[in-house]
Amino acid sequence: MRELRSEVLVLGAGPAGIAAAVSAERAGARALLVDMQAEPGGQIWRGQWNKATDSTARRWLSALRASPVEGRYGLRLVDVPAPGEFVFDGADGPLRVHCERAVIAAGARERLLPFPGWTLPGVFGAGGLQVLAKNGWPVAGKRIVVAGSGPLLLAAAASLRSLGAQIVLIAEQSGWRDLAAFGSGLLGTPHKVVQAAGLWRKLIGVPYRTGSWVTQALGDNEVRSVIVRRGRQIVQLDCDALAVGYGLVPNTEIARALGCELRDGAVWVDMHQHTSVPGVYCAGEGTGIGGIDQALVQGEIAGCAAAGRAELAATAQRRRRGSERFAAHLRRHFGLRAELRSLAQDDTVLCRCENVAFGAAKACSSMRDARLQTRLGMGHCQARVCGAACEFLFGWGAATPRPPLAPAGLSCFNLSTSAENPQEPT
Amino acid sequence: MPPEISVRIDGEDVRVRGDCSVAAALRQAGYAATRLAHDGSRRAACCGMGICFECRVQIDGRERLACLTPVAAGMEIWRDA
Ligand SMILES: Cc1cc2nc3c(=O)[nH]c(=O)nc-3n(C[C@H](O)[C@H](O)[C@H](O)COP(=O)(O)OP(=O)(O)OC[C@H]3O[C@@H](n4cnc5c(N)ncnc54)[C@H](O)[C@@H]3O)c2cc1C
Ligand code: FES
Repeated sequence: MRELRSEVLVLGAGPAGIAAAVSAERAGARALLVDMQAEPGGQIWRGQWNKATDSTARRWLSALRASPVEGRYGLRLVDVPAPGEFVFDGADGPLRVHCERAVIAAGARERLLPFPGWTLPGVFGAGGLQVLAKNGWPVAGKRIVVAGSGPLLLAAAASLRSLGAQIVLIAEQSGWRDLAAFGSGLLGTPHKVVQAAGLWRKLIGVPYRTGSWVTQALGDNEVRSVIVRRGRQIVQLDCDALAVGYGLVPNTEIARALGCELRDGAVWVDMHQHTSVPGVYCAGEGTGIGGIDQALVQGEIAGCAAAGRAELAATAQRRRRGSERFAAHLRRHFGLRAELRSLAQDDTVLCRCENVAFGAAKACSSMRDARLQTRLGMGHCQARVCGAACEFLFGWGAATPRPPLAPAGLSCFNLSTSAENPQEPT
Repeated sequence: MPPEISVRIDGEDVRVRGDCSVAAALRQAGYAATRLAHDGSRRAACCGMGICFECRVQIDGRERLACLTPVAAGMEIWRDA
């Protein structure tokens, strides 16, 4: 197996990981940055590497280019066989990395909830279709319904529209009272207001409905129309695609496999982004959903701390508190309504990989019980999709991840000595 | 327009944009689905970011995620749909 050594390994090359790797090098450490995407940028800066149009993206991506950080892309972390050892899988086969300290910057994923028709081709996550389109998925001239919850709906609709899509409707499940409270709370963070105003400008003329949600997607081989509910009103809308996501959930699989403590579904960190496991840091959405500003600030702090120079992040420390206020504000105002728990029918697929129906899962008592009885969460995605849905639908906690973290070529595991209790990277 | 390249999808030669993901190339070439579920229903890319595994296809003989893989000239792609 190919092997690499590094002082600081940064897992994930989104804003948090880029800031961490660049800051670690500036603070005097050798950093290796690895991501399963083909290029650095994470979700928000998808497609910006070779043609940055966003000024913050341009600044950080050129800082990364100019820095001695070693970047390896198209490699997915699949195993953590021993402390300080990380196994990746990619097109050219596996790679084993040995490092002294690690920064986890694996971001977040969308919460997707089951409803009749959600497995049809043409039904995507909201940010999901946005990032697919940033990588060339054809949306020009297509009629798209954007639905679900949170500020990502606006960002997704604006970028799909700029690529030529016709946005039929944005259906936000939160009521207008919550949204008004969210909006007025932003007044304390003026640049967020400017950002929001910029998004709204790009959406002039697009119908936006609060307190509305999609109850069904219809079509034979592909989605053709959706049913949208608003109070007692029900409408059917023709469309070529449905982009629906119910907010973001932190990716915590890597942290959990390393034994890091979680709190409220996110990785617990101290003021230097240090997790409960010595030598392991976490930055960005994994520590709790907070968006790009939080990701950059935490990345800087984590990079300096992982290089052993936490004191260099003093100014970032001051910005950290502002980003935390925004994160808390976001969580308060986009709670999901109870009606979303009854969209799925007993025969609606809940676990997409193993085709486990909602009705079969509902009869179980926990994620573990559902695994044993129905194979829920045992397929390719390893409960990344249905786990977040079950948490909302049934209040089930996540089951502990076991290696491999993702299906990989068998060659990755031949040489692994499996660690029961991953500890401190040495 | 970005330059086009040739790839082979399910044994057929097609021209697609050279600057996109395999998932996007499949859709440009008119293929809606990437795989069949256990019950025979069609599935396609959903999360766009390597989470859902619905976009998995065979690329040059290996199972890969179409949404994370940049398309390249001469690629041989097989769907399971
Ligand atoms: C689909 C989607 C679209 C979004 N679009 C926007 C937007 O338009 N505007 C906005 O303000 N916010 C958007 N967000 C919110 C976004 O989370 C933050 O703005 C920002 O990108 C967070 O930065 P981050 O570095 O914490 O995480 P991310 O940007 O998510 O970066 C995490 C990186 O880790 C990599 N990774 C994860 N697991 C592994 C593994 N096992 N092996 C290797 N690499 C791995 C991922 O490929 C990813 O590149 C979006 C989120 C999602 C999920
Ligand atoms: S679309 Fe979900 S993994 Fe590719």
